[in-house]
Amino acid sequence: MDMKPVHIKRRSTEESASFDRRIIDYIQNAAAHGLYEIRGLGAKRHVPHFDDLLFLAGSMSRYPLEGYREKCTTKTLLGTRYAKKPIELDIPITIAGMSFGALSANVKEALGRAASEMGTSTTTGDGGMTQEERGSSRTLVYQCLPSRYGFDPDDLRKADAIEVVIGQGAKPGGGGMLLGQKVNPRVARMRTLPEGVDQRSACRHPDWTGPDDLAIKIQELREMTDWEKPIYVKVGATRVFNDVKLAVHSGADVVVVDGMQGGTAATQTCFIEHVGIPTLAAVRQAVDALEDLDMKGTVQLIVSGGIRTGADVAKALAMGADAVAIGQGVLFALGCNSETWVRDGQHHSALEAYDALGTAPGFCHHCHTGKCPVGVTTQDAELEQRLQPEVGARRVRNYLKTLNMELTTIARACGKQNVHHLEREDLVALTVEAAAMSGIPLAGTNWVPGR
Amino acid sequence: MERVMAENLTAERVTFDLAKIALRDVNTYLHRQLADGDQRHFDLLNPDGAHNIAVGLDQPVTVEIHGHAGYYAAGMNKKASVIVHGSVGTGVAENMMSGKVHVKGFASNGAGATAHGGLLVIDGDAGLRCGISLKGGDIVVGGSVGSFSAFMAQAGRMVVCGDAGDALGDSLYEAVIYLRGEPKSLGADARFEPMTDADYATVAELLRAAGLDHDPKAFKRIASARSLYHWNADANQEY
Repeated sequence: MDMKPVHIKRRSTEESASFDRRIIDYIQNAAAHGLYEIRGLGAKRHVPHFDDLLFLAGSMSRYPLEGYREKCTTKTLLGTRYAKKPIELDIPITIAGMSFGALSANVKEALGRAASEMGTSTTTGDGGMTQEERGSSRTLVYQCLPSRYGFDPDDLRKADAIEVVIGQGAKPGGGGMLLGQKVNPRVARMRTLPEGVDQRSACRHPDWTGPDDLAIKIQELREMTDWEKPIYVKVGATRVFNDVKLAVHSGADVVVVDGMQGGTAATQTCFIEHVGIPTLAAVRQAVDALEDLDMKGTVQLIVSGGIRTGADVAKALAMGADAVAIGQGVLFALGCNSETWVRDGQHHSALEAYDALGTAPGFCHHCHTGKCPVGVTTQDAELEQRLQPEVGARRVRNYLKTLNMELTTIARACGKQNVHHLEREDLVALTVEAAAMSGIPLAGTNWVPGR
Repeated sequence: MERVMAENLTAERVTFDLAKIALRDVNTYLHRQLADGDQRHFDLLNPDGAHNIAVGLDQPVTVEIHGHAGYYAAGMNKKASVIVHGSVGTGVAENMMSGKVHVKGFASNGAGATAHGGLLVIDGDAGLRCGISLKGGDIVVGGSVGSFSAFMAQAGRMVVCGDAGDALGDSLYEAVIYLRGEPKSLGADARFEPMTDADYATVAELLRAAGLDHDPKAFKRIASARSLYHWNADANQEY
């Protein structure tokens, strides 16, 4: 028998850490188009988050409460500093500002219905207030943004609270963006823009510069509404300690801090992934600022940016937030990144639509294209029919209900009759990074790096 | 509110002395106590540069402010006619919806910012960013305007009888500027365009409404070249 030696060809497959396939693809895409990537949703990179914290529940040193029998209240008051009519919510979980334009009218209506049923608030976005939204939301927060698209004093008077938006976690320092595909006739009319333009909002407010001006602007909004409505100031998380102090100085009733995991309808990827700080670090700095000014309890804190679960809500509250706001979470509840959409109880496949966008369920971030396969982030007359308000409202209500049940489950286990009694003491950190950012000791130690 | 209850409140012409009555009470009165379609005339004395005077009006009343006003005078005005016998701070008539605001003196930054409608007249000069993000309102400035005026202005018309600072009309959308003097420079995407008969008529109409007497023929038209409307034409919308 002829015994030939076997030669196995060696294939070199060592991937570079600096120039891995993802980076090579990025470079080659840039080389092909000469244009940065724009996409929707939030940061995809891994950052220290609420997952890196754990609760210490009751045991011997503290008593837990009975899960189903003993009361645990979730009532939440916002805007008690100056407003004659503070906001009273049944749960500390609110719906974050998202524009009509980014979202369809059906979605806005669904969010309003769900929030009203759950006793919480929704928030308008860049582009003004729609009738669908006002009609369906019991408590509606009206945003005052740099662009002032569709900003109308009559809507301001109809609102229950006003949110002055300085920045957004996904893109602190950047203005909004709505690409031409989503600027349909109604959106164009509401924003006073030509149909189909790639709309770029201003990143600074047109009529004030800096915190001293903002103090006067806030006063104007109060004078406009006879000091009735709470005024929120929303900042994207960057220099949170100073920014929260300045927001308080400017006269805010409520400060909203949005971490880098917060979503967007469309922004440059480099912005989403490389600007701003994680929500975990932001909450800590915001609470530090309020405590430093002795304003904890006087000025309320709403935290947003990557809040997904009831455990996330509980951790944010324990760290010192008064409430959370959720954007992407409710979009996923509505069906974002789902394989199907529903009409008349029948599921229909959305796979072809994902395929047309060059993506698949679980990965889609193509909100910016307006071609949302499940009809959530679209202005297309046909696509938006894929999400009916009743279906959406039920899903969002169920999601919020679940979060609230999880929140009270944890609070009871920690022995709290009120979710707002959760405290830092109830938490430990899982990683050194999380301990350093949150100021919460590493589990099993009393060590906080840097202290 | 009790403090506002002066004896003459039912009269055709009512005077509020801001040295004696809190501005907040006056604003609240003007928001709440006016009947639908009320056309009374109010005189505000001793404004003393206070901020937020006569903001949020929504009835066709006339309010005369006798002296200087601070920020956001007549802010978000709707239907009312507000006359300031003095100068104003930042953001006069910001986000006006309708009605008329007439400043007899000078205006600071951001005059008429984001106004959706109505007419703002400034007899003197206006500071930086006059008419920024204008959304359909009309502005007539008797004097000159500062840099970055009409920045990102979306709709509406602006007539400037004097000169303009740097970057006039930067990133303009569909708003149109008529300038009698010279700009220090034009902003990105802004360009001079030939005046048509319609333009001359527009300028004449706005000058008349402002009570100014210039020859419309002396004005130049500045509008958007619309080259920034789309992200990058070469990309064929492949974002």
